[in-house]
Amino acid sequence: MEGLIHQIISGIATGGIYASVALALVMIYQATHHINFAQGEMATFSTYITLLFINMGMPYWVAFFAAVAVSFAAGVAIERILIRPMANAPVLSAVGVFVGLLLIVNSLSGWFFDFTIKQFPTPFPDKPLFGGFISGHQLGSTGVTVAVLVAVYLFFRHTSLGLAMRAAALNPVSSRLVGVRVGWMLALGWGLAAAIGSVAGCMVAPIVFLDPNMMAGILLYAFAGALLGGIDSPLGAVLGGFAVGIIENLGGAYLVGTELKLTLALVIIVTVLTIKPSGLLGRTVLSRV
Amino acid sequence: MPALLEAKGLHAAYGETKVLHGIDFTVEEGGVTALLGANGAGKTTTLRAICGMTRTQGSLTFAGQSILGRSTEDIVRLGVAHVPDGRGTFMELTVEENMRLGAYVRKDKAAVEADFERMFGYFPRLKERFRQQAGTLSGGEQQMLAISRALLLRPRLLLLDEPSFGLAPLIVKEIFGIMRRIRDEEKVSILLVEQNASLALAFAEDAYLLETGRIVVSGKAHEISKDESIRRSYLGY
Ligand SMILES: Nc1ncnc2c1ncn2[C@@H]1O[C@H](COP(=O)(O)OP(=O)(O)O)[C@@H](O)[C@H]1O
Ligand SMILES: [Mg+2]
Repeated sequence: MEGLIHQIISGIATGGIYASVALALVMIYQATHHINFAQGEMATFSTYITLLFINMGMPYWVAFFAAVAVSFAAGVAIERILIRPMANAPVLSAVGVFVGLLLIVNSLSGWFFDFTIKQFPTPFPDKPLFGGFISGHQLGSTGVTVAVLVAVYLFFRHTSLGLAMRAAALNPVSSRLVGVRVGWMLALGWGLAAAIGSVAGCMVAPIVFLDPNMMAGILLYAFAGALLGGIDSPLGAVLGGFAVGIIENLGGAYLVGTELKLTLALVIIVTVLTIKPSGLLGRTVLSRV
Repeated sequence: MPALLEAKGLHAAYGETKVLHGIDFTVEEGGVTALLGANGAGKTTTLRAICGMTRTQGSLTFAGQSILGRSTEDIVRLGVAHVPDGRGTFMELTVEENMRLGAYVRKDKAAVEADFERMFGYFPRLKERFRQQAGTLSGGEQQMLAISRALLLRPRLLLLDEPSFGLAPLIVKEIFGIMRRIRDEEKVSILLVEQNASLALAFAEDAYLLETGRIVVSGKAHEISKDESIRRSYLGY
């Protein structure tokens, strides 16, 4: 019983990471109708930048927020320079650009920061809490990811800019007609997704260690979460991310063993795509003509 | 007084397809101008050309400055609101969010709240449906929402693309009744596109008749509506 509770709590902690990355995927998907395969590599690169700032002598949180800001700017720049020119390109060439971006960012990580596995610090006290049910880092990182998710929710629901970003993704023509600068909204979406990825990378790196391929598995879990919840539903993606985290931990402990855990992500992806491609909370637009 | 909107030799095209072949027209400050013509004549394209949504050539002046070749977002910010063909509803968003988007570029947030109330005065049904998803509204309600969204910009020029399209006669009557109030109470000039010529001519002061991308008749609305031969050859009533 204690083992079960422990696995669920660990699942929520990693689920928060998956939920953040899933949300980043959904934000880009809603605006471009493409999956940003490079989301994981971008997050890894952001994590390296954080480590670079820390090694330069910055306090952890200063480095953390500085890297978030740099990632935001880089996300905006990637949209402006790489993604925007292919707004009307066929699906396959779009996929090509995303995969290319993945490879480029991955090589850049290896080139700048070398391919050896590095330790990454946690800002939280690294000791077991509440009688060993949860580690300091698990509790802290869950707090951080939940705070990010709530902040993103409040931004999109309750600010005029958040509303404009949603409108630009849903209906670009009508958005222009109310004066929304649609191109910039898409770029801001990329910036936000990159910033969220930066946070997720820093929260997961102390657990899985930092190397250029750190996010590969995590992206797969996040994608499974996004699909499970509904690739066009931000709330669905977040809940899906947490669900996948819990499923992964329980499955790894009681079902398939830790070596085969990653296959669970594939099982989830295939199951959702066969049974309910729109996901659990996928969009069903009510519309009368 | 110079016209609020003046087009001279305006051409418009979609890619290689030329649709407008050098048309001239004006919308007077505070006036209502109707643009009539059969299906496919180029009425919608004219409104799109004004908003920078198509490739254009010629001369297009709004409130004394050239708007030819400027982005849609910039033209809207100068005070041109467009109720587009098909109403342009943000289906997935609520009625409230649709209306907030109408006022997106405005900085006077307190006045926006007052304007919401004014819109509810014109269209009480929007108040009842305020929190509802806009996609669930009927066609007439979506038209009311589109007009409100446009007016919430506090525009100097309102472009209306076939507000009667696809609506039951009773609803059309209701909407045009409210548009009369809007014409009299709001400080806005209107360019109205309609296929329903008698309706539009009764509403407008000036009118233009468009045929395959060229203006074939222009003049005072009440004179055109009295002209037997124009009515027979172009307006079909
Ligand atoms: N997006 C488009 N691409 C190409 N041709 C178009 C497009 N929209 C309209 N057209 C063509 O332009 C002409 C005028 O259309 P439109 O302006 O919609 O006419 P109206 O509004 O008067 O019915 C038509 O021949 C139509 O087929
Ligand atoms: Mg039309």
